[in-house]
Amino acid sequence: MPGKLKAKIVAGRHLPVMDRASDLTDAFVEVKFGNTTFKTDVFPKSLNPQWNSEWFKFEVDDEDLQDEPLQITVLDHDTYSANDAIGKVYIDIDPLLCSEAATRICGWFPIYDTIHGIRGEINVLVKVDLFNDLNSFRQSSCGVKFFCTTSIPRCYRAALVHGFVEELVVNEDPEYQWIDRIRTPRASNEARQRLISLMSGELQRKIGLKVLEMGGNAVVGYLQCFDLEGESGLVVRAIGTASPNTNTHSNTAPASNACNSPSKDSKEATWAMFKQPVLDISFPLIGVLNNQFRHFLFLSVLSGMGSGGSAGKEAGPLKTLLRQHTQSALEQREFPFFTLTCFPPGFLVHVGGVVSARSVKLLDRIHNPDEPETRDAWWEEIRQEIKSHAKALGCHAVVGYSESTSICEEVCILSASGTAAMLNPRFMREGCLDAGGSDHRLFEDASPPSCGFCHIPYDEFNMPFPAQLTYCYRCRRQKVPDVLFTTIDLPAEAAVTGKGCLIQARLCRTKKKAQGEVNATAISNLLPFMEYELHTQLMNKLKLRSMNALFGLRIQISVGENMLLGLASATGVYLSALPAPGGIQVAGKTPSDLNYDQHIATMQKRINDTITKNKELYNIHPPESTEELVGSPIPDRQRSRLFRSTSESSDELLELDLSHGKKDAFVLERGSVTMSINMFVSSGFYSCNTEVMPGIYNWTSGLQMFTSVRVYRLSNANLTNQGLNKIFTELCENLLKSLYFKLRSMIPCCLCHVNFTVAVPEEELIQMGAVRLNCVCVCGCVFVCLFVSGSGENEDQLQFSMELCADSTPSNNQPTSKPSAPSVDYGSFADRCSTWLELLRLKAHTIRRGSVKTISSAERCSPLPEGRSRSLRSTRSMPCGAPVAVVKMTPLSFLPGTRIVKYLGIINMFFIRETTSLREEGGVSGFLHCFIAEVFAMVRAHVAALGGNAVVSYSMKECVFMENPNKNQAQCLINVSGDAVIFVRESEQEATPPLMSSGQISSTGADGTT
Amino acid sequence: MSMVLDVFVGNTTIMDMDIYQLWLDGLTVREAVKARMDQGALLECEANAEVLMSDTMDQFRTFQLCERLLHSPTKLANQLLFQIPSQHQRMLIEKYYEFDSVFAREVLGKKLSKGTKKDLDDISSKTGITLKSCRRQFDNFKRVFKVVEDLKGPLVENIQHHFLLTDTQARDYAAIVFFANSRFETGKRKLQYLSFQDFAYCASQLIQYWTTGAVGELHLYSMVEDMDVDLEKEFLHELKDLKVLVNDKNMLDQHKVLVCAALRGKIKVYRLMEANFKNLSRALINLASKLTHTKDVRDLFIDLVEKVIEPCRCDRWTLGEVTLFLTQYTNAAHGLGTFSRQVVWDRYMGVIRSCILRMYHE
Repeated sequence: MPGKLKAKIVAGRHLPVMDRASDLTDAFVEVKFGNTTFKTDVFPKSLNPQWNSEWFKFEVDDEDLQDEPLQITVLDHDTYSANDAIGKVYIDIDPLLCSEAATRICGWFPIYDTIHGIRGEINVLVKVDLFNDLNSFRQSSCGVKFFCTTSIPRCYRAALVHGFVEELVVNEDPEYQWIDRIRTPRASNEARQRLISLMSGELQRKIGLKVLEMGGNAVVGYLQCFDLEGESGLVVRAIGTASPNTNTHSNTAPASNACNSPSKDSKEATWAMFKQPVLDISFPLIGVLNNQFRHFLFLSVLSGMGSGGSAGKEAGPLKTLLRQHTQSALEQREFPFFTLTCFPPGFLVHVGGVVSARSVKLLDRIHNPDEPETRDAWWEEIRQEIKSHAKALGCHAVVGYSESTSICEEVCILSASGTAAMLNPRFMREGCLDAGGSDHRLFEDASPPSCGFCHIPYDEFNMPFPAQLTYCYRCRRQKVPDVLFTTIDLPAEAAVTGKGCLIQARLCRTKKKAQGEVNATAISNLLPFMEYELHTQLMNKLKLRSMNALFGLRIQISVGENMLLGLASATGVYLSALPAPGGIQVAGKTPSDLNYDQHIATMQKRINDTITKNKELYNIHPPESTEELVGSPIPDRQRSRLFRSTSESSDELLELDLSHGKKDAFVLERGSVTMSINMFVSSGFYSCNTEVMPGIYNWTSGLQMFTSVRVYRLSNANLTNQGLNKIFTELCENLLKSLYFKLRSMIPCCLCHVNFTVAVPEEELIQMGAVRLNCVCVCGCVFVCLFVSGSGENEDQLQFSMELCADSTPSNNQPTSKPSAPSVDYGSFADRCSTWLELLRLKAHTIRRGSVKTISSAERCSPLPEGRSRSLRSTRSMPCGAPVAVVKMTPLSFLPGTRIVKYLGIINMFFIRETTSLREEGGVSGFLHCFIAEVFAMVRAHVAALGGNAVVSYSMKECVFMENPNKNQAQCLINVSGDAVIFVRESEQEATPPLMSSGQISSTGADGTT
Repeated sequence: MSMVLDVFVGNTTIMDMDIYQLWLDGLTVREAVKARMDQGALLECEANAEVLMSDTMDQFRTFQLCERLLHSPTKLANQLLFQIPSQHQRMLIEKYYEFDSVFAREVLGKKLSKGTKKDLDDISSKTGITLKSCRRQFDNFKRVFKVVEDLKGPLVENIQHHFLLTDTQARDYAAIVFFANSRFETGKRKLQYLSFQDFAYCASQLIQYWTTGAVGELHLYSMVEDMDVDLEKEFLHELKDLKVLVNDKNMLDQHKVLVCAALRGKIKVYRLMEANFKNLSRALINLASKLTHTKDVRDLFIDLVEKVIEPCRCDRWTLGEVTLFLTQYTNAAHGLGTFSRQVVWDRYMGVIRSCILRMYHE
């Protein structure tokens, strides 16, 4: 499908002064695509030029259309000397290649220069005409849609989920080429930006090809990463989940073929760059360890695929049957992995535990053209391991899968993690969806959806590790584990008691500075211990909050020159189906010592107090009478001791644990417990790292996305494990505290999808040898949580709603608190909800009418500006159009209170910014502040140009910051991605149902127990 | 361990108006943190000093980045860098262009030049306003002055359009521009008792009645440059004709008789008024006739104080009495059969009367 790309340069505004003498600029524009360049006329002496150019037409191959960005350069014409560049705009035209996405790109783009930042804006119009071509040997994959969203996009319906697609391309990093020594920083940065843009285009095209091969038409949960390997090059890799999506509006579900394993196309890396894996250490140990993150699915009575519902208690044969079915579908795939974290109802049958694998590799610059697939091999190895772990847990698929790297000089840690799971085979087979509707109901009848996914997937008598099993607290028929760790989001149908909260485990480990293989060995020796300790910390913190499950678990291990950092974040919840967590008991190391005993006793008391307090805080009041009903199979389940939970899983671990539990480790443990007791809690604030906050269903559309970056310098004196741990914990807590404080005006609110990233940049960046940089980056999103989903928020209303929130929570749990009540029928509950809503709406109306001044609500600024400034605009001669449209950004896959009507395409942008006048720009903070604001501005401009009004699933993938204060220099690289969408505000009527249904679910959940 | 970098950026720019005020007041971050602590910021959200410091730094940085845009407020609405709700935009602009009247009083009538800017530290120490804040206010004055200097059309509206200010603010700025342009003398010791608002009122009177734009209906005013900034030359010339009121003995006497007749028994200082009438009248008329000279225009206010207000104050006239006198004095001229310059007279006396009344502090 060759195509014709057309671009038109309309106008510029707010250009910088390029001619000191006249205080004006003689601007013209170069438009470049591939190797073709067009120029506009020079518009003399103006800071607001009107070019109104003709249509520049490029006739190109669609392969190029996918790979290349449209490059627009604004220059200042100079008669005598060379023309000065003002800045550039790169426009990714990929969204125009899909017939359903955007039809044109049109709007104001910030003109960006890597040295000066944003310098004015340019108005551009871009269109693409595609010709039909049915060449089957094509190298392009136009029409395959990409989504960053890790769930099935809202206005689509998945006909079939194929599974894992992956691809990676390598290239030499221009920053490290010889030519970089002689060219300007600007040229170097631009070369790098362009190359990465090209590479991600190429990557996307290749993934698209694979998807087409598999018979899919879309990639969801598209995750693209850059590995800046320094000297040894640049790797861009991406993973995603292929699935043919059908728009809900169209009825055609494309027939899809059985899935193939990702074929291994030989990559044409022009710059060959490859490494030999010098060390190839993978961890059987970690595999075992991960069994600790146990918690599997177990297929309960399922009326297997419409083959007649033999629903009964003999789950055994059925289970195998189902497994066979599912496996047959899945087994064909090399990797039954899914990057999705949210699934259509019924998709997830059982959820297993977290599986993860890490591997330490040495990057080495070896030009070996015969072996171009080293990287591929590395990843494949890790994926195989994940797969085998999942199998060990009795699961055939991995969901919520992600991969990451951490690089320090030549050492590279590759990590992959996911959640072992059993999936509903119906989604794997062809033409399944037609039957989906009716089948689905059958399935639900058989196993209550609110607890089905918690049931263990493995055989009770043949467990991969010892776990304490109890009968499910909801259905009382199937066994469930005592804790459940997962990397996915909380399934919508899950029954939760109380609210969730963000739980973090933080860990620092020092290591000796070393080179090459020695270094790699040292790191790989440390890794298992770190994983183990992070896990213990998570477990303790979970218990301290009396919760029993973790969702969205993300463990990041980053490597620095002489330390390793581990940061695990997850959202803790109390799943109604799982047993209540045991308490924490502190054991003394020398029981004879009286003082010490006393100390232990006070510690114990503090811990117990904290647990009680947390129960109140998170509103966790599990029904207690149920205990007797079930009868616990394990007598001392109530009080699992501090280390017990981790001890008995495997031989290796047993040994490990023995050395751990007795002496030194205990002190360390105590330290971590103390830390978690002192956890800072702020009223009115909730935080989680999943998409939605468990236990809170009343969202408003008030939304704020933010990015926060902090860099610390450590002095050499603190370089002990304990000292570092303390510092690290403090940093994280302080950051959270700061966030709460900043957002205090939005209380009551919830930090959702908080995403912590830690890095330990190379030492040499700082001139002083004894220091180190430690960088924490948070990308999050804040919600104001209000009961009324109205658009305007004012102070009165806020206070008002706070009262209501307080009101609402107890009654949500009402069925729970009255276990003796025979049954509370949902109808009455729903009625109650709706009467409330009526009442609320009434009140809200009166308040809204009464209030005069509203506080900052993003909604308010979207309508027209007030009359005065409008009249002004008409009188002025300047070519300023309408005010800038508001573009919302969120890391979530949806916008509360709104409906996404169209996905316009993926946004994937990479920027470099450099400065040689750091002090003048307000130091490092000023520099980065400005840069992040500029990145936001450019993302917003691109979305607005596509006709969208929001970015969902936004994430800042990479934020690499380097400085050299002595030379007054700094450089920063940022990579962001997301989905551009159009949303419409739901009317209040429409907004009610989801709210009601979630209310119902929670009541259902509580009800089942009575 | 030390924090090297600490940044918080929101998609919608978060701005705390209380901190904005502290920033505008020219406080350093440290001072601002202290001020916030005194206001009890630590009680909110269990914050500590570190959190407060970080928050304040962030906010200050945001304001600094925005400052460039605030220099031409119309850009704020269509710039792409910061997504600021329009309400906040308006608030940002309004507060940025707010000024201390004490400071404005100091620079009123001075040339808005580099020289004056150098003296700002004196003003700063005199008024207790930080030098930073003084600079901002001074630069605002200068910027507004530069932009509207060469524009056609009504002054207040021009200011409003280019700087998106409120009515009151635009009028105050118009006064400042007007004073700076005509360089009225306001710094003399005798004028110290007058506030900025007094002068702003006088300026608005002058702009409204004495400038070229004031007779807008007669001209096609879009054609006239500086219509609100300069006093109408023709009018100032015609003022010379008022001299007849004091030069013609008959007319002067008759004028006095008419005024006295109207005021007899109505004011306590009648006797003093009667004795002083000729002096007062002469002062007012001489003032009018001299206004063709730029130097005398500059001295308008000092002359009013010295020749009219001070004598009256010496004799302890009340404001009511001054009002009555000036009203009768103006009206009586209409009764003079031989006096033909009624229109000019009214235009002159209307403004002079309002100014004197405003400037007359008992």
